[in-house]
Amino acid sequence: MNARDPTPLWIKGARVIDPASGRDEAKGDLFAVDGRLVARLTPAQLAKARKVDARGLVAAPGFVDLNCRLGQPGRSARESIATGTRAAAAGGFTTLLAMPDTLPCVDHPGTLQLIHDICETDAAVRVLPAGALTKGLAGKALAPIGSLAKAGVVAVTDTVGGVENNEIMRRALEYAAMFGLVVLDHCQDSSMTEGAQMHEGAVSLRLGLRGFPSAAEEVVAASDCALAELTGARIHLQHLSAARTVDAVRRARSRGARVSAEVSPLHLLLTDRALAGYDPNLKLNPPLREEGDRQALLAGLAEGVIEAIASDHSPCTATEKDREFDLAPFGAATLEVAFAAAHEAVVLGGVADLPTLLARLTSGPARILGIEAGTLAEGRPADIALLDPKAGWVFRARDSASLAGNHALEGRRLRGRVKATFVGGRKVT
Amino acid sequence: MAPTTRWKSKDLIGIDPLGEDDIGMVFREADRFLPALSRAGGLSLLKGHTVVNLFLEPSTRTRTAFDISAKRLGAEVVSIDTSASSLVKGETLRDTALNIEALKADAIVLRHSSAGAAAYLARQVGISVINAGDGAHEHPTQALLDAYTLRRRFGKVAGLKVTILGDILFSRVARSNILCLGKLGAEVTVAGPATLVPERLAEAFPGVRIERDLRKALARADAVMLLRIQHERQTTTHFPSLGEYTSQFGLNAARAAWLKPGAVIMHPGPINRGVEVESDLADGPRSVILDQVSHGVAVRMAVLNLCMGASRR
Repeated sequence: MNARDPTPLWIKGARVIDPASGRDEAKGDLFAVDGRLVARLTPAQLAKARKVDARGLVAAPGFVDLNCRLGQPGRSARESIATGTRAAAAGGFTTLLAMPDTLPCVDHPGTLQLIHDICETDAAVRVLPAGALTKGLAGKALAPIGSLAKAGVVAVTDTVGGVENNEIMRRALEYAAMFGLVVLDHCQDSSMTEGAQMHEGAVSLRLGLRGFPSAAEEVVAASDCALAELTGARIHLQHLSAARTVDAVRRARSRGARVSAEVSPLHLLLTDRALAGYDPNLKLNPPLREEGDRQALLAGLAEGVIEAIASDHSPCTATEKDREFDLAPFGAATLEVAFAAAHEAVVLGGVADLPTLLARLTSGPARILGIEAGTLAEGRPADIALLDPKAGWVFRARDSASLAGNHALEGRRLRGRVKATFVGGRKVT
Repeated sequence: MAPTTRWKSKDLIGIDPLGEDDIGMVFREADRFLPALSRAGGLSLLKGHTVVNLFLEPSTRTRTAFDISAKRLGAEVVSIDTSASSLVKGETLRDTALNIEALKADAIVLRHSSAGAAAYLARQVGISVINAGDGAHEHPTQALLDAYTLRRRFGKVAGLKVTILGDILFSRVARSNILCLGKLGAEVTVAGPATLVPERLAEAFPGVRIERDLRKALARADAVMLLRIQHERQTTTHFPSLGEYTSQFGLNAARAAWLKPGAVIMHPGPINRGVEVESDLADGPRSVILDQVSHGVAVRMAVLNLCMGASRR
């Protein structure tokens, strides 16, 4: 990826929102030179600048995604770095944290190098690989976290499946903290979720599907919080889905524990009722839960207990999903609809204003990773999303840049659309 | 009495989408076929048609009943079971179904361990799909034959008090019966171990009563439906042992004495004798278990004839 456009950039007349600095300017301009944001252009630069008329649009920092999968290596029928990053660009994302559950998984610096090499030539946006927390993501022994840190990972996680042994999690937190790495955990007690297909509740009872009880998430979130307090290390809880988990995070944070959390756009927008027709593209892990859970997630997001919205983009092929519900894999492709879904749930739902929503997509996740992204501050990379919050549109899989065949929200009327995305001052969509 | 409405769907996926009228239509059609069961020779309503029994989960009773029902209507029947199917070679359900359709069969009767499988199949093919049980979701013909049995025994279903006892959580029979009896105006009570009768059933199926006191659950019933304890579906955590189930919830003579004088005992089969019901009761005067089996043929004839008729239109 060449993330530095030598042509100066001039975005004119946008509503400029930069949550990191609190800037919200009704009619403002953005300038970039050599891929970085600058306060103004010289007359010579102005003359040759690429001018973008952004009247009526919102200019925000490019979104930072803490949770996605890009297929490579090993799952390239589902997605590739080329297609996944183009889908990300179409969705306004300019920095992606790619989960390590590839084939092979990212528990070795060699795999990391391979990903870096593919990204160098294929990626349309910035890709930051996350490393495995344990060898083979098996939850038994620590992965070579120091070597992975040296090779460039910014976070470590075992993703789906998580680490369930509290001793290993405790030591992982202490060990990763030496390198300044944040540990991410998918909270789930798998002894409570064997054979589970959706949220355990009235809808699962009606449909005859085994359920994930909310408590299976809550108990692990609670133990994670306790371990964060014990070790003083940072832990980030991935895609919360249950109301009581939000409470657990709120309580831990109020005691000063270094716990952060994210939520996916689909969990903000939908509930288990959307599964009445056994739609395999809404079969998610963690599952869509109930209206009370959704409201709690929205409240936690507005309040800042949940600092980030992460796409949880989990591509699958259409063939993998085109089968009996309980045999279909979990996950949905979401990068292209993430903003629209979150916008509908949060802003149009009256829960929080647009700058707050954008904070959760930009400065929030950047702060969790400790990276210099997600802001429009002078000197920072010119990673910008141009948005039209009023635009109504319908997402169609055939228009998607992603290889995935498991798009969520296909055919749904959406409001809020990404019009253009810039990475290092270069227009990528 | 001429039917006032027409059977609309080529498929029977569940009780959920049916109206009271639809259920009435099945009953009238079954009334028409019931006398023919004891007569020699069959009917020829489905002559020249082929019904494929696609049973991807073990079943003897339901498959035999569908087999006989289709043959009584003059249809050819082909049975495919798990061990003989290409699904063990990795073929998907979708491809199996498309092949069956390409072979010019007219209907598929599907038994599958996945909830939602029948609806999925019906979206893939243009021919009739009859759900003979999809995971823990629905078993509509069982519920129809159960309600039909109650109707013949009591004259009507509306106002009856029916108690379903046992493993409600994993039971498609319970789900379809709760829906069917509810639509027909019966009062449904469910009872059994707390691990298999979750509180939220009352929310999932509005109108259902949960009764934790077995004596009360039995004393109020005009009919008690016993469910088979399904070893293959329960994980090990739902109750300690079959023996403990029997001691806590098995229907024995002492507990049967709590029943009202005219109350009947039902069971969808196959019975675990000595587990959920004592043999003497299963064979005794209150038992309508074998009536259920005979009625099952008439009801399935009705369903096949209605759905395949709709498919022809």
